Amino acid sequence: MNLFDILGPVMVGPSSSHTAGAVRIGLAARKLLGEEPKEAVITLSGSFSSTGIGHGTDKALVAGLLGMEPDDMRIPKSFEEAQKCGLSFRFVHETVKDFHPNTAILDVTAESGRRTLVQASSLGGGRIMINYLDGVEINVTGERPVLVIHNIDKPGYVSLVTSVMAANSVNIATMTLHRSKRGGTAVMVIETDQNIPADAAAHLKSVDGILKVTCLNL
Amino acid sequence: MAYNSLESIVAYCKEHHASFYEALLADDMEERDVTAEDSLSRMTALWHTMQESAASYDSSLQSASGLSGGQGAKMDAYMKQGESYCGPFINIVMKAALEMAESNACMRRIVAAPTAGSCGVMPAVLIPAAEKWKIPDKKMVEALYVAAGIGQVAAERAYIAGASGGCQAEIGTASAMAAGALVYLRDGSPEQICHAVAISLKNLLGLVCDPVAGLVEVPCVKRNVMGAVNALTSADMALAGIESFIPADQVIDAMKEVGDKMDVSLKETGAGGLAFTKTARDFEKEFRAAHQ
Repeated sequence: MNLFDILGPVMVGPSSSHTAGAVRIGLAARKLLGEEPKEAVITLSGSFSSTGIGHGTDKALVAGLLGMEPDDMRIPKSFEEAQKCGLSFRFVHETVKDFHPNTAILDVTAESGRRTLVQASSLGGGRIMINYLDGVEINVTGERPVLVIHNIDKPGYVSLVTSVMAANSVNIATMTLHRSKRGGTAVMVIETDQNIPADAAAHLKSVDGILKVTCLNL
Repeated sequence: MAYNSLESIVAYCKEHHASFYEALLADDMEERDVTAEDSLSRMTALWHTMQESAASYDSSLQSASGLSGGQGAKMDAYMKQGESYCGPFINIVMKAALEMAESNACMRRIVAAPTAGSCGVMPAVLIPAAEKWKIPDKKMVEALYVAAGIGQVAAERAYIAGASGGCQAEIGTASAMAAGALVYLRDGSPEQICHAVAISLKNLLGLVCDPVAGLVEVPCVKRNVMGAVNALTSADMALAGIESFIPADQVIDAMKEVGDKMDVSLKETGAGGLAFTKTARDFEKEFRAAHQ
């Protein structure tokens, strides 16, 4: 903790959890999509759903999808901005079981057809947790860059990805591996200390057997 | 963070012949590994943002719920009418608190201090004080360090969020931060700063977080006024040499204990207190129905 956790953040009100946190969730989904979002279906759960309107949670999530930061004065007008940018969206209110009372699920699609499903929670004080990405539990805070690789479950991929990181002087902070079943689809969730360079990500995308590459850079 | 008690800040001040502000500047430099220049420029930017935010109040705005808007303007008109009970300076502080809290409810840009719900307290006392007594920016920025240091100890030892510790944790902490800052601005001693913190927080112990319909509006906006005025009275008492019988750190610990004992219906769940009154529940029903 430091003094600037007490004074700040500079944000658009009224609530650091329901507004500022929501903007950060929208922003994270945009970055994870990696392209300009064209369509979004946003599911709100818990307190996000019930008090969201008064807190502008819906406007905040769309603002984040459009690339606005939590202190952007255009947040209250984000729906109009979305129209201008050609982002179409709709909201669904649902109860997501067993999750944090401030949870949103963003199903976002880009013009190219690339699609990302992000489930995240707003923990309070503007902090968020990205719980699921494309159905895989990742639980990252978004405070560090994240690289998520979907690949076929065969030897050599972990080594390949970490070598590319090493070659680009990107230090790995945390790393978890999951797979659907042996020989099925494997997932690597890597948090790094440095942003992942675009050409490194592009190179990984081109590798045979790597099915999807998702980056969240700061 | 070096300090988890106000006592240790006072001890640092004694040992290093430093002011309360200097003790916190040193802490920030160490904690974030930055130079004094970097730290000061960041805090100065925050001070300017607070001022800009205050200056950009729009009295025509209403919150999405319709619960907030125009109260700052009402205060302004009243002040101009004649002699109020509180007098011009306190009226200005009250107006400023109303305006900032309303701005927050109306999705304007604010500085969380320590939270968005309590963002009205600090600027309400600091900006009018700076103006009235022509206090240079440099000194105001130093006062922000004092305030942040107080808030940091509260966050470490107790809570600063209503959901965790009730409103005594949010408006209470903001009020204590403002009280300490005000004492610093008049060159009060570190001990006097602590007495102001203790007095202001003691006055708000037990205050619950019971927002109507779960929105940061009723009673939050007017509680910002109370937090600001409470800071002024506490600062004046401390500067008069009036002391708190219970030391500040123990008052903070009491705030934590009371917060822990508080029923969850009184901690930002909209299930108790004012949120549970007939008027509140009727409003909430209507509000939800209108927005389904």
